[in-house]
Amino acid sequence: MNNRTTKLLIGLGVAAGVLIIKLFVIQILNDKYKRDASNNSMVYDVIYPTRGIIYDRNGKIIVGNTVSYDILVTPREVQPFDTVQLASSLGVSPDLIREKMAEYRKNRSRIGYQTVVMLKKIPPETYMQFAELQYKFPGFRGQMRSIRSYPFNAGGNLLGYVSEVDADFIKKHPGEYRSGDYAGKTGIEAARENDLKGEKGYHIYLRDSHNQIQNAYMNGEMDKEAVPGKDIVTTIDAELQQYGQELMQNKVGSVVAIEPATGEILAMVSSPGIDVDVLADISQHYSEIVKNPYKPMFNRTVQASYPPGSVFKLVNGLIGLQEGVLKPSDRYPCSHGFPYGNGRRLGCHGHASPLALLDAIATSCNGYFCYVFRNILDNKKYDSIQDAFDVWRDYVSSFGFGHKLGSDFPAELGGNIPTSNYYNKVYGKKGWKFTTIISLSIGQGEIGVTPLHLANLCATVANRGFYYIPHIVKDSPGIEIDPKYKERVYPKVDSSYFKLAVQGMYMAVNGGGSAGGTAFAAAIPGKDVCGKTGTAQNPRGADNSVFICFAPKDDPKIAVAAYIENAGFGATWACPIASLLVERYLTGEIRPERKYVEDRVLQGNLMSRVKKD
Amino acid sequence: MVNSSKRSLRQTVDWKLVICYLLLVLIGWLNIYASSHASETAGILDFATRSGKQFVWILSGLGLGTLILFLFNPRLWEVISVPTYVLILFLLVAVIFLGSEVKGSRSWFQFGPVSFQPAEVSKITTSLLLAAVMSRQGFKLSNFKHLLLVAAIIAIPMLTIVAESETGSALVYVGFIFVLYREGFSGWFIACIGLIILLFILTLTVSPYAAALLLTASVSFCYCTENKLLRRWLIREAPLFLLLIFLPKIWQWAGGEEPAGFFAKVKPMYVLVGMTLLAMPPLMLKAYRERKFSRWAAIIAFLGGLVMIYSTEFIFNDVLQDHQRKRIEVLLGMKEDPAGVGYNVNQSMIAIGSGGLFGKGFLQGTQTTYGFVPEQSTDFIFCTVGEEWGFVGCLVVILLYTFLIARIILDAERCREGFSRIYGYCVASIIFMHLFINIGMTIGLMPVIGIPLPLLSYGGSSLWSFTILIFIFLALYKEENKYF
Repeated sequence: MNNRTTKLLIGLGVAAGVLIIKLFVIQILNDKYKRDASNNSMVYDVIYPTRGIIYDRNGKIIVGNTVSYDILVTPREVQPFDTVQLASSLGVSPDLIREKMAEYRKNRSRIGYQTVVMLKKIPPETYMQFAELQYKFPGFRGQMRSIRSYPFNAGGNLLGYVSEVDADFIKKHPGEYRSGDYAGKTGIEAARENDLKGEKGYHIYLRDSHNQIQNAYMNGEMDKEAVPGKDIVTTIDAELQQYGQELMQNKVGSVVAIEPATGEILAMVSSPGIDVDVLADISQHYSEIVKNPYKPMFNRTVQASYPPGSVFKLVNGLIGLQEGVLKPSDRYPCSHGFPYGNGRRLGCHGHASPLALLDAIATSCNGYFCYVFRNILDNKKYDSIQDAFDVWRDYVSSFGFGHKLGSDFPAELGGNIPTSNYYNKVYGKKGWKFTTIISLSIGQGEIGVTPLHLANLCATVANRGFYYIPHIVKDSPGIEIDPKYKERVYPKVDSSYFKLAVQGMYMAVNGGGSAGGTAFAAAIPGKDVCGKTGTAQNPRGADNSVFICFAPKDDPKIAVAAYIENAGFGATWACPIASLLVERYLTGEIRPERKYVEDRVLQGNLMSRVKKD
Repeated sequence: MVNSSKRSLRQTVDWKLVICYLLLVLIGWLNIYASSHASETAGILDFATRSGKQFVWILSGLGLGTLILFLFNPRLWEVISVPTYVLILFLLVAVIFLGSEVKGSRSWFQFGPVSFQPAEVSKITTSLLLAAVMSRQGFKLSNFKHLLLVAAIIAIPMLTIVAESETGSALVYVGFIFVLYREGFSGWFIACIGLIILLFILTLTVSPYAAALLLTASVSFCYCTENKLLRRWLIREAPLFLLLIFLPKIWQWAGGEEPAGFFAKVKPMYVLVGMTLLAMPPLMLKAYRERKFSRWAAIIAFLGGLVMIYSTEFIFNDVLQDHQRKRIEVLLGMKEDPAGVGYNVNQSMIAIGSGGLFGKGFLQGTQTTYGFVPEQSTDFIFCTVGEEWGFVGCLVVILLYTFLIARIILDAERCREGFSRIYGYCVASIIFMHLFINIGMTIGLMPVIGIPLPLLSYGGSSLWSFTILIFIFLALYKEENKYF
């Protein structure tokens, strides 16, 4: 035999010898393993951390925690018991218990010696009844768990819900979650999941070969305490948010309020929304929510893309001024609209004519802004309408439109501002001119913005030419927000032109021009409200009612956008809702002579006007 | 059996090997039943249970073995070695994109209820091609081109399997080193691999200082034995190393400080680098003048080893994946982690250790049946053996394997055809790697690497591929024996 073969065989022998020696050591010499075996095995008792608390900007708790219990059962350990007594102590029907036990019997080979969750979220009072009788029911035990509580009705879409993770979710976050864990799925809960969730801990117990728990492993030295989640301070004003919820009752749409000086979102209401009572136990109500034709899960504030309507005239006016194709003193005629060939006319309402810029904003003259938009697109500076259009689009984008603003709120959508390419494709390169896209002059047509975009526009005007990216979380101990939320963003329009827009918005609410305003209803004495109405066509029924406003004029504290679907003129619904919110925020109450407006809004039910899917 | 010079089946087939195979499969089947019988609803043959399914695999495996042994022409295997190798390689790559993910690795094709792991079959095709290539006339391992070809045949499927995140299965390919060694590859290579592993462990668990000493000592030892200077080494150098090893202790006696103080104050690793930088140029000059290979080899080995020691921390912390690092940490006792990675090993060692001398008896195991040991019928099947059959059972199983491997090696040596011999060695090496890694893992000698125990572990893919692997060899051996 070859020398190397001998060496290999010897090597094989040595390797086998090593295995055998090690086996000899652990099986015969060392009795540590036998002792461990009589203590059988370690049991991990998971300690769930309490989730971080969510505060509003004034230190009020908007999402807190309360205790509830899960009832666990280890089917192998269950002995014959009084089903009726157990059911009554747990406050459930005996049939439910029988059903569950039958199910465990059916799956006994799969369950084996494992412990399964029989009932979830038993309130503490019920659990106490059960705990007194627990000795009668071996195999059953309770496990504490903290669940969410909601002191304010701050709206389910804003706060978001927490629910048990599913297989898909676990897969998307490898190593972070196990089945049975909970995680924030929408709203603030999802946006700040990493801070809120905390870290799970465990106690290790030893279990003997009869599956009885003996004592703590290594006196608890290897145990890990749960680390509670971090608390979050939001920018939300809980009182204002709740008031917004009340105002939006029985209406479909959104209200968003921003503090212009910081970009902090004060309130964010999407209606109809998910009630906070439902939120804590959303899985029970899930199918009912999904079936609701008004889509309460759809967060309109950041996900609905609407035509902005006349509110957008502000943007076109500002662009015109910046491009030098519009002077504040320019007057344009309006005879109930703007004729654009072949007898067609983009209509307008009755007002004095001709008007200059400020009055045109105050009265929301359609004709005027058709001229403005025409001047922008027919600007001789540019070689073609395509070039001029792209310049216009560039300006519009600089206001934050047509893309996500980048807020820290999840699931934000970007809306839509068309490109010249889009029209080239639809009409052909030579096939379109200003009159083809005339509806963009007044914020109609192929343009989609979210209510958050509109609130941001309002804040930008209030700031005279800059905005902070709207956000919902503030700095707090242990939590630092992204520095981008502290940086000013400047649209490509000079501050001086914004002063004209502000003046126009002031006149729309408070009058003072030659032609009256569209939003007198929003005026609050001494608070110098500035606003702009909008009425956007809705292909699905009555027009949408739009209003943006901020106040006070010279030191803006709040900027609001209200967008109410199928509610008609901007002045009829959006305007009172937004102005009530402003009044409540600035003065803390609604003055008596406006009570009737508040009552009208609170009682108003526009649901029947909205087409269901 | 027409020709009188031909010998009967009784004489040509290595029945001892077949019996050994059958015994191992039977032991595996019983233990699979034991490890999954807790559901107690079904019998050993119930097809809903794992033991029932394994029974089907065993029967079909035997059918397959019979076909290979009696029906197929053994010449076939050499002929199809290239196409099958290429086909399986193609599947190995395809599975990365098309396979379904099982426990973090993409290595399984799923066809309805049946799943198939190309990595299992790849062992067979690699062995066949290796045997075909290395038995070709004029093949020499000392020829660099040929060596490169062999390295490629082994490395390509191995790296593809690493890309599937099946590091364990890839590790088995390291076993082909033994085949190369048998066919004339330098034994120093195996020694080098051993030294690298040792240095890695020593650096992590003791100190880079100890590793550097071991490196220096082994390089100088090899150099001295190669140049017949062993006596000089024993007298002059061995004492020096002993002194250096105890230097921290001596420091402690002299100054009354902890050994840690020695490392903090003297910084021996910096001293070492300084000395190396000073000593290397003259040594290299000398080697260049003398044109002495062994001197160059020693210098390169020393420098290479030193680089390895200094980069160990980097490799460990930055190159290895998180779970791999944790497994090594737990194995080397650097961290205790009964909740996480250490759980499997701890449970498995408790199960095996509690078996004692004779074990708790068939179906009497408490650890394995209560489901404390994860993967107990696949990768951790040896736990059931250890718990229910005790040390005696383990001994029997290990001796059966040792017999199986040794017998294959001896049979291979008896073959006159290079193809049969080399293939036999491949089979022996693969079984050995599986055996040592798998059992080593269950008793805490190896990090947790998920590969099955040949013939014992539950699973059709694994059982079939080992059956094919062994029966092809049996068929080749039978063919060799026909005309004695």
